[in-house]
This record gives sequence, structure tokens and C-alpha cells, in this order.
Amino acid sequence: MNKKEKVSVGLPDNLREIIIEIPEDEPKPWDGKSELNYIGKRVKRIDGIDKTTGKAKYTFDVKIPGMLYAKFLRSDFPAGTISEIDLSKAQKLKGVYSVLPAQDDLPLIIRYAGQEIAAVAAETAEIAETALQQITFKHTTSDFVLSVEDAIRENAPLVYQTTVKEKTTEGDLDSSESSVVQEGNIRGPKIFPEDENAEKFDDYLRNCEVIHTAEYRTQVQTHSAMETHGVVVEWGSDDKVKVWASTQGTFSVRNDIADYFKLKYNDVRVITEFMGGGFGAKFGAGLYGIMAAKLSRATGKPVRLMLDRKGEHLSVGNRPDSLQKLSIGATKEGKIKALKLISLGTGGVGTGAGTSGPIKNIYDYEKIYVEESDVFINAGPAAAFRAPGHPQGAFALEQAIDEMAHKLGIDPLEFRRINTTGNYIRQAQYVLGAEKFGWDKRNQVPGSIKGPIKRGFGVANSVWYYIYNKGFVATVTINRRGEVQVINGVQDIGGGIGTVLAMIVAEELGLEPDQITVKIGDTDNGFGPASGGSQTTAGITPAVRNAAYKAKIRMIELAASILGITTDKVTMEGSRFSDGDDISKSLSFQQVAAKIPGDEIRVTAERRSDNLGREEIKTTIDGVQFADVTVDTGTGVVKVNRIVAVHDCGRPMDRLTLESQINGGIIQGISYALYENRILDRNTGIMVNPNLEMYKIAGARDVPQIETIIMDFNQAMNSTGAMGIGEPATIPTSAAIANAVFNAIGVRLRSLPITPDKILAALEEQSK
Amino acid sequence: MKKDKPDPNSVKGISRRNFLKGFGITTVGAAVFESGQATKNLKAAGLLNVSDSIPIEGAKMILYVNSKEYSVHIKPKETLAEVLREKLELTGTKTGCERGSCGACTVLIDDNPVNSCMFLAVDAVGKQITTIEGVASDENLHILQNEFIENDALQCGFCTPGMIMSSLAIIKKNPAPDDEYIRKNLSGNLCRCGTYPKVFQAVIKAAKG
Repeated sequence: MNKKEKVSVGLPDNLREIIIEIPEDEPKPWDGKSELNYIGKRVKRIDGIDKTTGKAKYTFDVKIPGMLYAKFLRSDFPAGTISEIDLSKAQKLKGVYSVLPAQDDLPLIIRYAGQEIAAVAAETAEIAETALQQITFKHTTSDFVLSVEDAIRENAPLVYQTTVKEKTTEGDLDSSESSVVQEGNIRGPKIFPEDENAEKFDDYLRNCEVIHTAEYRTQVQTHSAMETHGVVVEWGSDDKVKVWASTQGTFSVRNDIADYFKLKYNDVRVITEFMGGGFGAKFGAGLYGIMAAKLSRATGKPVRLMLDRKGEHLSVGNRPDSLQKLSIGATKEGKIKALKLISLGTGGVGTGAGTSGPIKNIYDYEKIYVEESDVFINAGPAAAFRAPGHPQGAFALEQAIDEMAHKLGIDPLEFRRINTTGNYIRQAQYVLGAEKFGWDKRNQVPGSIKGPIKRGFGVANSVWYYIYNKGFVATVTINRRGEVQVINGVQDIGGGIGTVLAMIVAEELGLEPDQITVKIGDTDNGFGPASGGSQTTAGITPAVRNAAYKAKIRMIELAASILGITTDKVTMEGSRFSDGDDISKSLSFQQVAAKIPGDEIRVTAERRSDNLGREEIKTTIDGVQFADVTVDTGTGVVKVNRIVAVHDCGRPMDRLTLESQINGGIIQGISYALYENRILDRNTGIMVNPNLEMYKIAGARDVPQIETIIMDFNQAMNSTGAMGIGEPATIPTSAAIANAVFNAIGVRLRSLPITPDKILAALEEQSK
Repeated sequence: MKKDKPDPNSVKGISRRNFLKGFGITTVGAAVFESGQATKNLKAAGLLNVSDSIPIEGAKMILYVNSKEYSVHIKPKETLAEVLREKLELTGTKTGCERGSCGACTVLIDDNPVNSCMFLAVDAVGKQITTIEGVASDENLHILQNEFIENDALQCGFCTPGMIMSSLAIIKKNPAPDDEYIRKNLSGNLCRCGTYPKVFQAVIKAAKG
């Protein structure tokens, strides 16, 4: 049964009313006119005390009596075959409980330096380390390739002799697999649109009045979460398995382990009370999870297998690099007609190097043609990384857009405006951002500032998508003492979802967030979303609000019976229930709760489809960032002075934690733009900077002034209207910085990271 | 520098943890291990008077952590981070790199911030060690912890203990730290979630009281 509701949707200064139909058991969605106590306000984290006092227990901190410490032996050569492994000496060491090969059957093909060969579980980490040194093996080495250019050469050594199937996690966008071919080390191309003819498209492009074509390169970036990947596995004598995992998806870990060992899902429990960052790389059990489970099963003891920093850099994920040839065809007046992208990238031995999201989804165009391919090399596998493909794609596209604007003599922001006319969110973002940033004060002629220190402004767009899955089950309970809890399996990866869940229940029941007990991070708590695709909040919050609403209805019914009135006469002020005809007759939340039959009210609600079937819901999440940089032309050092970021993400839930996520996305973007780079030694194939001092990530002194503008955008497509922000915020930063660098020095840096040597070389080239 | 507050960063002798660890593992037959500062500390603490050395298999020693006295068996090659986490179960101190480049393991030794993954536990004998667990008093959070929470100066929280310890050293040493001072003194603490701007805010507010 459905009911009709009138809701106000759109941007705050331009709301319009629409009638929607929603299920009977759901509350009227929060909309542009809802006046709320907590939602959309700045609410501090419910776990702030745990995290600031050291009480918060991460997987890294789990210690169980009898627990063994496990470590991996990794290959120190990038390609070859291991035909025999001798584990016996390691097994004989005192304190060693089990030594297992990483793969059950030999030969073991090694495809990158850092690949796992065997794992040891021992009484202490130190003994495990010593035991690793006792493992010997027979192997042959073979030729290897370490770059896209080398890998696509004719007769290049093959990374795989077999066809590779793309592995995707909850962090990846869906990819259509059917037509992808693999030849040599190249897997692809995927062509978009599938029926487009390349030659016909090129004819069309050639006939455009103004054409810009250039090549852009991005580097490999590793996730480098502060807590490394890892698990503690306790394989019980009853074959029930308990896993503490540093994961973004408790249920994906459960499924991987249950599937691998042919266990019931109900016999595997995964717990993630706190976790120290993932950024897309932590889905599923991973080989470390499977090996820890095998070692625990073999020894009958709990096993802790946390990767060390080196293993983290080498083996559990990275953002693929890219080599993108991009063309834009436009009219003299500045309308984009054609966009073309030929993209190659390597995820090492993994896939997922596509970069076409931005070019397909930001600008208006008449025709588009995309070819994108994965190239295999002998390096660690890629994994989903905060907006997979998008920072790479935006770096190329948003610079190309800038270059085209420059060529046409049109202001880069104006050029963006006239080519995104159909998107009223973007149009509003340009105005807000430009005003806050002071875009009009920019240096009109790139590179024209006198003196060695040059300042420049740049802008870039981002695009992400409104993604959610269904079937998540939220539980809300109210007991006879009036205690309220919200229960779901979802893990908090740092975004603060637990706090948001408390806020929602508090809002619905008229309580305060710290009155709500939040139980999350446990597969026993009911199906919850994996934190990938920026879908956590969009996925779980409607179910939570709907459950809280159902609980409220039960309380109202109870209040009505106590007051001796019908339910429609009950009014709620805060958490008090009153007789609408005589408000002197009222009951506190506790008074009503005390009359709960039995022990508690326990209700669940499921994440359903949005209220579709009315008008179309906007499914892109848009953003624009402005960068202000200074370039020292004597040293080549780029300093980011200021970033202004404008993003929408549906209806904001907690503005405080939301702002933190945007800050974080921007700072990771700066880090990507200027510092980070996985470097492989050309002679040995070994990563030369698998640590945190030579692999540089942005630190305290690299952080600019950041100003965020969060647009409230209500669509009332479900009871909360939340969308995601984790990924969008990191997409445009590197491109905005690159455009600002051009504005400062008048030279294009089309390759990431923008390091001093590249700046100096570009300036040298320009002066010739 | 005052004598009663030795700078932990200027400990004499070898402080490269990995070297020591390797030494500890591979030296066969050498029954003793010498660490000038450690033995001095032990002597000062009245714990070592027979020999000038610590046996390689370790010895019972007293550590002062968060104003409490812990009697704990320490091997000369063990780092302070290991002893805190593994033996005293003070797991608030994290390690993120095991080589002094991320700052997650920062603790205070006599009010100086130190990477405890690079600091031998024996060298901390006789000194006042403060970890994240000792920042709040029994009842109340420290103003810095409050400001971290109020300003949302944390996301995943894994770097937070180290970040707070470095921040604590800042406000202990400088009652009115400016932005540059704060950034400089936090430059050894990495935060992959990118929460720095709010950490700066929290420190400034905490310093103001």
C-alpha cells in the first residue's frame, strides 16, 4: 500500500513542490523544507572519546590468548617459476607452529616482485620473521616488463599466458565484460559507444573548427592506509570461524572465507570495530585472510596476519597509471562537438585501468569515442582506489578543456559553463565557487607575472554517481528502560557512519544522538553496505530511518493506549507523547517505554528501491574545485596555497564529518598531484620506495587553506535523501592544480606527479 | 639542556632499531649487550649494579608509564612500541611503518615526542613515558582530546594517538603556537585521511585553553 506526500525538492533557493508516492510504512522523506535538530548540522563523532584516548581497538590491536603471529615470504624477483619449496627447516624452528605455501600446488608462477610464496605462523613476530629466512625454494626467472610502453611492444615478455578475468570489488564501478579481448599484454580495448566507427568519428573530429589533442600521463599511487591490511582469524574447534578484519566490507570478507573453505555463511563472523583507512583497497578476505584462516585451522590457534608497510605497498592494491591521448573538437564560439580518448593504463597484474568516467559524464557533446585498455606489467595488482579511474581521467580531461579554452581565448570557467548548460547544479556551483575563490582576480595571461615566484589559479570539474545497493537490514530497538539502539553490520571506515546512524534515530525519536547505542561492524548485526562507490550513507540511512519510524509508530500506539485515545490524537513534541486534544496529558519517552510488553520493541527495515516512477532522479554527484598555487621557477617547487571546493551530495547528514571527508579527498588529491609515485627499479623490477619516507604522502606542511561549500540538494528520493562524498572530493584536485600551474608559468605539465624536476625541464623547454 | 631532562633524540650509541634487532638475533655467544645510556639509566634507577651490561635475554626493569610503575621483562633489542603494545597491553600507541616515518607510534618521554618504534625500551628506563592512555585524567579528557573531538580532528583514528601526543608536546612547549610552529612540529605525523586542517584548529584552540 502506498501513500502520497508533498515534498520540496531542488536547491535551497529554488525549491519546488512535487507529489510523490511512498510505501505506507515509511515516513515522509526529509526534504528542502524539513527543519531538523541534528541532520544537516555539525554533530561530533560518537566514537571521538574512544579514538582520542587510545581505547579504540583496531584489528591491529586485537590480541587473543594463544594468538600466533603470521608473516609472508615474498618473491624478490618480478617474474619466474617456483618449482619446489622446502618448508621443513622453517617448520622445525622452536616456536613455529605452521608453515604453508601460498599456493597449494606447484609450480607457482611469480608475476611481480613482492608476490606471496609462503606464510609462517609462530609464537612471536620475531620467530616468524626468522622462520621466513629458513624457507628455501628452487626457481627460474624470466624476462619481465615494467611499463606500459615496454609491455605493448611486439614480442614483449608476457605477464599472463592465459586470459585474465576482471576481478571487481564493491569499490569498483560495474563494468561490462562481454566484448573485451586480450592480446599480448593488452586487455582491450573497451570501445564506447560500442557501435561507434573509429574512422567515421575521426572524420567528424577533423571537421571541427578548433581541435586540441595532447597526451597526458598519470603515475601509480598506492593506497597507503595507516592501518595495513590484515586479519586475526580464530578458527574454532567446532569449525566456526571468527575474523577480525581491517576491511571496508565485513560481508565480503565473510563471503570470501565461507566460499573458499565451503563453510556456512552463518558460521563465519566478521568483526570490524574500528579500522584504520582503506580508500578502496580493503574488500574481500584477500590472500592474507585466506592464509590466516588456513594457518588458524592448521594450528587450532588464533592467527594474526597484518601486512607490514612494504607488503602493503607491493601486494594489496594501487591506482593504475595512465597514458591518455585526448582530443577535443569545438566550434569557434566554444561549443564542444567531439570528445575522443585513447587510454592505456596498467594495474600491474590486475585490471581496472579505465579512465573514461569524466569524459563521458561531465560535458555536453555531439559525438564521443573512447578506447580504453588494461596493460599487464610485472607489478603488484591494482585495486579500487577512491573514485577508480576518475582522478586520472579528470587530470587529462580537465587540462584538455583548459587548453581548448586557452586556444579559443575563452575564460576556462566560462568555457566549462557554456558546455554544461544542461546541469543546473554545476551552473550554481560555478557561481558559488568563483565568488568565494575570487576567480576574477586571476592572472589573465598565463605566465605573465614578473619575477621568479609566480602565482596561478586553476579550476577543474569532477563527476561521481549516486550509487546504492538494496537489501540492507537495519534494526532499531527500544527497551523497557527507554534505551534505544540501532544495529547493522556496516563498518565505519572513518567517514563516521556510526554517528550518522545515531543522528537519524535520534532525529526520528526526538532524542539526542548520544542517547542512541550504535552497534555496527559485525556481520551478526544484519546486512550492511560495503563502503565502496561512496554508497555507505546512501545505502544504509534510509533503512535506519524507516526502522526508527516503525519503532516510533509502535511507541505512539502504546502511548495512545496508555492515554486512552486513538493513535491519530497522539502528538509528539521532542520525545514526549501528548494527547493532541489536551496536552496537559502527556507521557515521557521513558514512561511509554516502561509499558512495552515483554522486554523491547525490535523492528527492522530494509533498504528498498528509491521512489522511482515519478520524475527522473539526478544520478550524478557534481563538484568543482579551484586551486591557487605558487611556483618557484628557480627551484621548481609548487606550493598549493588554497583550494576552494564546491560539492553536492544530496541531503547532507553530518556537516562536520562531511567537511572532514572533503578535506581528506582534497589533501589526497594534492598528494597525488605533487608527491606520490610508486617507483620500480628498471633492472630488477623491485619497488624502490616501499615505505613512507621515500613514498611521499602529503604531510602537515603541504596542506593549503581549504574552504568547502557543501550544496544542499534535496531530491526526497527516499526517506533520508543522502548521497555520497568520499570519492567525488578527490577527483578534480590534481587537475585544478595542474591548471593553476599553467596559469602561473604559462607551461603545461601533462604528467603526474608535478615534481620540481618536471617544472624546471618544462621551463627550460619553453625558453628554447 | 637541563640534566634532568635528557633529550631522548640524543641518546648516545646506536639507536637504529633494525640494526639492533639484527644484532640481537644474529649474535651468538655474546651474552651481553651494551647500551651506554640504558645502563646508566638502570643504574640511576638502582636496578643494575652488578654488571655494566644487560643480558641479551633481557631483564626485569621498571618503566614509568603514565605515572604508573610497571615491572616488565625487557630485552635489549625490544623497542618501546613493542613493549608498550605487547607487554603492557597499551595498544593505543600504533605503529604504521616501523621505521620512524609516520609518527603513529609517537609517545612522550619526559615531555619530548619520540617515535617509540625507533626507541629502545631499555633507554626509556628511568624516564617518564606518556602514552595516549595517559593523556586524560581519571575523570576528564584533556583539553586537547576535547578539541580533537569538537573540531573533528580525526577520521579513521589510526594516526590520532600519535597526532595527539605530538600536539601535546606542542602545547606543553609553546603556550601560543602559531600555524607554522604547529605544522613544523606535526610534520612527522602522517594522516592518510587528510585531517590535518582540523588538527591545526584543535591545537590552536587547546593552546588557548
